[in-house]
Amino acid sequence: MADESEVVEDPEVLEEDPAEPRFLPTSETLLGLIEPFEDVEYLVSAGQDVAMVPKAQVRAFAEAAKAAGFEMAVDVTAVDYLGKKRIRYEIVMNFLSVQRGARLRVRVPVGADDATLDSITPVYPGANFFEREVYDMFGIVFGGHPDMTRILMPDDWEGHPLRKDFSTGSVPVQFKEANQI
Amino acid sequence: MTNIRSEEVWISGTEEPDWLVAGTDEGEQELKENEEGERLTEQLGTRIVDDVLYEEDDDPQERMIVNMGPQHPSTHGVLRLQLELEGEIVRRVKPIIGYLHTGMEKTAETLTYLQGPTNVTRMDYLAPLHNELCFSLATEQLLGVEIPPRAQAIRILMTELNRVSSHLVALATNGMDVGALSMMLYGFRERELILAFFEKTTGLRMNHNFIRPGGVAADLPPGWEGDVEEILTELPSKMVEYDSLLKANPIWLGRTRDVGIISAEECLAYSITGPTLRSTGFAHDLRKSEPYSGIDQYDFNVITGTRGDSYDRYRVKVHEIEESLKIVKQVLETMPDGDYKAEDRKVTPPPRARINESMEALIHHFKIYTEGFKVPEGEVYVAIESPRGELGCYIVSDGGAKPLRMHTRAPSFANLQALPIMLSDSLMADTVASLASLDPVMGDVDR
Repeated sequence: MADESEVVEDPEVLEEDPAEPRFLPTSETLLGLIEPFEDVEYLVSAGQDVAMVPKAQVRAFAEAAKAAGFEMAVDVTAVDYLGKKRIRYEIVMNFLSVQRGARLRVRVPVGADDATLDSITPVYPGANFFEREVYDMFGIVFGGHPDMTRILMPDDWEGHPLRKDFSTGSVPVQFKEANQI
Repeated sequence: MTNIRSEEVWISGTEEPDWLVAGTDEGEQELKENEEGERLTEQLGTRIVDDVLYEEDDDPQERMIVNMGPQHPSTHGVLRLQLELEGEIVRRVKPIIGYLHTGMEKTAETLTYLQGPTNVTRMDYLAPLHNELCFSLATEQLLGVEIPPRAQAIRILMTELNRVSSHLVALATNGMDVGALSMMLYGFRERELILAFFEKTTGLRMNHNFIRPGGVAADLPPGWEGDVEEILTELPSKMVEYDSLLKANPIWLGRTRDVGIISAEECLAYSITGPTLRSTGFAHDLRKSEPYSGIDQYDFNVITGTRGDSYDRYRVKVHEIEESLKIVKQVLETMPDGDYKAEDRKVTPPPRARINESMEALIHHFKIYTEGFKVPEGEVYVAIESPRGELGCYIVSDGGAKPLRMHTRAPSFANLQALPIMLSDSLMADTVASLASLDPVMGDVDR
């Protein structure tokens, strides 16, 4: 776990102007998601709609997104911003509305001190494998997930490989003779 | 039974010796003509009577856990299925994966954007060009590079041919798993045509590293039109052969019709895309809804099924091969002239001849191949339609020459979630037929 004092603070967060009006998306599909969630911040990244959702509202936001017409949670993954941002992890979910041809990317910052998050598997059953992969690779625990176990790595594996402080090539060689040469 | 000595050999055409006649232990066979009509139809096999009674039995003592795989030949690699059986019926199933996990997403963080395609091309090894295209599109969207029309047309030509070769393997392995061994031989035979063209164009049969950020690695070889025309004339006649082999084959129908059924609602809920979703009658194809690389200028149809069973998935793949060949034909006719890569010297290496003349070209070449090019800060998710469904690439750049994070949304990985729906409360014999029609590639699942 990273020490808070050592982590470089994100310059963007510090330069943010509080007087700036809230950016609102123009896509009709997203209109139902603006009113009930005042804390959700919208932005456009490389031409794609992104919603920055606070950790506590993830489940409610997923339910609202499904009601708004996003039938499918296409992808759930995570990014480790160790040394880049103040809040270390970010869960990234991709919702797809097949009927309207719209996409929404939901980013949820999750701190290293409490690396947990409400699972969206009860809302979107398809997130099951993806959340298990995020748990396996980043060690972020999803509350309310039906089967929070490792999916790709062996069950007795130590550490979470996609964390930035998990170095490559640190696994000892399993062949006994290898060290004697 | 009499012991048969090794020197006792019956030569066909001669009179049958006694030990051969007495060799069968079934006894005297009854003549079918003496049976009454209804029994006769059963014995001849024209009417099939299913006399197995399926009764709900909740006694856990009666249930048995069977591990299928990871070395089972019908699991298309190293997939392990934990089946909970009650007699012949599969009650629950759990796919266990990770046997082919090689940490490619971690590796991607140590490779530059130019080296990235060599990594992602090894994920879905039956559709390597789709992986390269998806990674390149994501990188280009962050860079804001314009791709020349010829490079886009080459990309569509290559990926659609790759879809054909991938579906041919799907048909081949599907046939092999269900018992149509000829289909396996035919599918792999026709795939060679396309792989030979790939080898001529890219230098390799698999893992091409051909589609790169900024364009493609090289122009099409001289005489490529003839090769593509040969594929376009050869394959449709072979497709007729496959249809005569499988389409109305009663054994094939019996093994795949109404087997492994999944509904459109279940597909949407479980994030299942590709031919599996389309076989339910839901016309969702990213080539139509979110066109990439100018695929919207070609005329093709989205193929859908009606029932969402194994047979429909087989038919969808057959027709998608025809549609892909249609696209390839249009690309062949309308291939534009011009560059095969973007003329952005910060992204694509200069032509070899320029390096001898220009100091600047030499510097660009050196910089691109040593430290790579820098990609502006940002994050992007790009999805394309791979033969197995939505293939997505999520790249986070911190402004350096290597991605901070590269994630691949693997279609096979999500599609495996369909197995518990398809297999629960079905017969154990249908497991392989359902799995084969789902067409998972384990390299794509485990990455």
